[in-house]
Amino acid sequence: MGEKILMKGNEAIGEAAIRAGCRFYFGYPITPQSELTAYMAKKLLKMEDAAFVQAESEIAAINMVYGAAATGVRTMTSSSSPGISLKQEGISYIACAELPCVIVNMQRGGPGLGSIQPGQADYFQATKGGGHGDYHLIVLAPSSVQELVDLTMNAFDLADKYTNPVMILGDGLIGQMMEAVEFKERKKISLPDKERWALTGCKGREKNYIVPFNLDPYEMEKTNFKIQKKYNELKEKEVRYETINLDNADLIVVAYGTVARIIKTVIDNAKKEGINIGLIRPITLFPFPDKIIAETSEKINKFLVVEMSLGQMVEDVKLAVNGRVEVNFYGRVGGVIPTQSEILNEIKKYLK
Amino acid sequence: MAKIVVDEERCKGCELCIPVCPKHIIVMSENFNKKGYHSAKQINPEECTGCAFCAMTCPDVAIEVFK
Amino acid sequence: MKKVFERPKSLTKDPFTYCPGCHHGIAHRLVAEALDDFGVREKTIGVCPVGCSVFAYVFFDCDMICAAHGRAPAVATGIKKSKPDSIVFTYQGDGDLASIGTAEIVHAANRGENITVIFINNAIYGMTGGQMAPTTLVGQVTQTSPYGRDPKTMGYPIKVAEMLSTLKGVAYISRVALSKPAYILKAKKAIKKAFQTQVEGKGFSLVEVLSTCPTNWGLSPIEANKWLEENMIPYFPLGEFKTPEEVS
Repeated sequence: MGEKILMKGNEAIGEAAIRAGCRFYFGYPITPQSELTAYMAKKLLKMEDAAFVQAESEIAAINMVYGAAATGVRTMTSSSSPGISLKQEGISYIACAELPCVIVNMQRGGPGLGSIQPGQADYFQATKGGGHGDYHLIVLAPSSVQELVDLTMNAFDLADKYTNPVMILGDGLIGQMMEAVEFKERKKISLPDKERWALTGCKGREKNYIVPFNLDPYEMEKTNFKIQKKYNELKEKEVRYETINLDNADLIVVAYGTVARIIKTVIDNAKKEGINIGLIRPITLFPFPDKIIAETSEKINKFLVVEMSLGQMVEDVKLAVNGRVEVNFYGRVGGVIPTQSEILNEIKKYLK
Repeated sequence: MAKIVVDEERCKGCELCIPVCPKHIIVMSENFNKKGYHSAKQINPEECTGCAFCAMTCPDVAIEVFK
Repeated sequence: MKKVFERPKSLTKDPFTYCPGCHHGIAHRLVAEALDDFGVREKTIGVCPVGCSVFAYVFFDCDMICAAHGRAPAVATGIKKSKPDSIVFTYQGDGDLASIGTAEIVHAANRGENITVIFINNAIYGMTGGQMAPTTLVGQVTQTSPYGRDPKTMGYPIKVAEMLSTLKGVAYISRVALSKPAYILKAKKAIKKAFQTQVEGKGFSLVEVLSTCPTNWGLSPIEANKWLEENMIPYFPLGEFKTPEEVS
């Protein structure tokens, strides 16, 4: 307790997952997250009542997660952008079947095979569903290795609580970065019983079955409504964000993950030049922190969204602002990380 | 002594039980069941040997055999 | 008189939704009888595919899950890894297993997953209305091979049992048919042996079941049985391709 360990982001996720009780990992190697797959192999293959499988594909890996999740255990998979695209079919099934699991996406530059450097261009895919049908993942966006650890642990609780897949949406930078982390003791929370749906063999009860389909459209619509209700509850109860310097800001930046880290330095540098910048950093990308953005837009009339994409989260910020003020955008893509000076120069454009 | 009991409502009238009966004592009923199929029925039950070929061939598990 | 043939306990009372004469019902019964014989119904988890037998979850009276098209062996892997004491089977058609799910079946077999696969080969896609399957015979007319399967452009029917039996990780593979009582009795033995392989922890087992699809073949159930025997069995020979004794 209290001990700080220097760990690489990808490996820290693995350790956090194991400490959160995850014993079943299914994955496929892809840069820049392969260290996580290797870490899980090293640990889980030596543990009792645990399993690690290097699957034949991302598609197989997510379907192994589907199978394991169906038995009620804590399970996860991880990948990076192109691999996450392959998993979408399985994720849609898991969301429809209302099973808990954790999926890590250490994003890289896209589209296509893209690059192996960091990116944030999977925001739409992560937050709007990604696969077919009306569903959402709970999407958590860490911006430090410590937060990666904390959110990974939270992810398993959220998945169990809402019987919904949770995505940790990081990027290549945060996965590869080494920082000191602490694995804090967590408060025990009460979570819903899995007995009523888990496939464990029907001894002493009626059979359980998990079928993510219904050929009766009215029944299928009911399934949709039921799932949608959880999303509304998430919007009420689970929104998380960090704010800095909102009160007297000349301009508000909205950014998440790696970019938000850079913005924090930009804020310090700008201060030296007498420029006051505020930051809203969504930690949950779904549910999205639209209320704080809306409230802030009533006080401050300059917004800039910075992403490692060509404009994805900015759409949600615009929806939250709802036309009250102008929302500007700056982004770099393909694996390029925006520098502090280029962001500050961009900010200055709007303060003239 | 043997006999078969056909669950008429399960039967879909596929007729697969008819050629496998070594005694040729299964025929299609002239009546329709609720699904609109002619179901199988046994005639001359005294000839039944209880071989169960009909039951094991039935894709709807609609036949029980007594011996 | 004593009841000598009855519905197995591992089947629910629900009537099958399959077309008249379709062999799925016979295959379901044989699987259910194997579960009854080994007394494992209460610790069995079945994985149904996408296709006509997507409804298998209704008919088997054990815990069931429906996998995405072709992914049943991966789902079964996840189940077996997390519940190693359970008996896990997949029930898959030819489009599911031998086309869209080729990677999943090959690698589950190669890992020697201790699961049982029931592979229904009826040489056609049933639920989507009679399109060409990877196991459709050369010259066979389907919705998507309207002039007959031409191997020059459509390849040859895949022999799954033979192909998978080359893998060292596989414990038991056999091919059976359901077109007459003698074959059905052999099929029952094979399916039982496949589950026994799993119960004894010997590894991956698969039974390829040659079946009819009277509706999409455009034949009566009786004609379909004859077509299977005259056309499918010569190309897909019956028998055991690998038995657990051979596992080193």
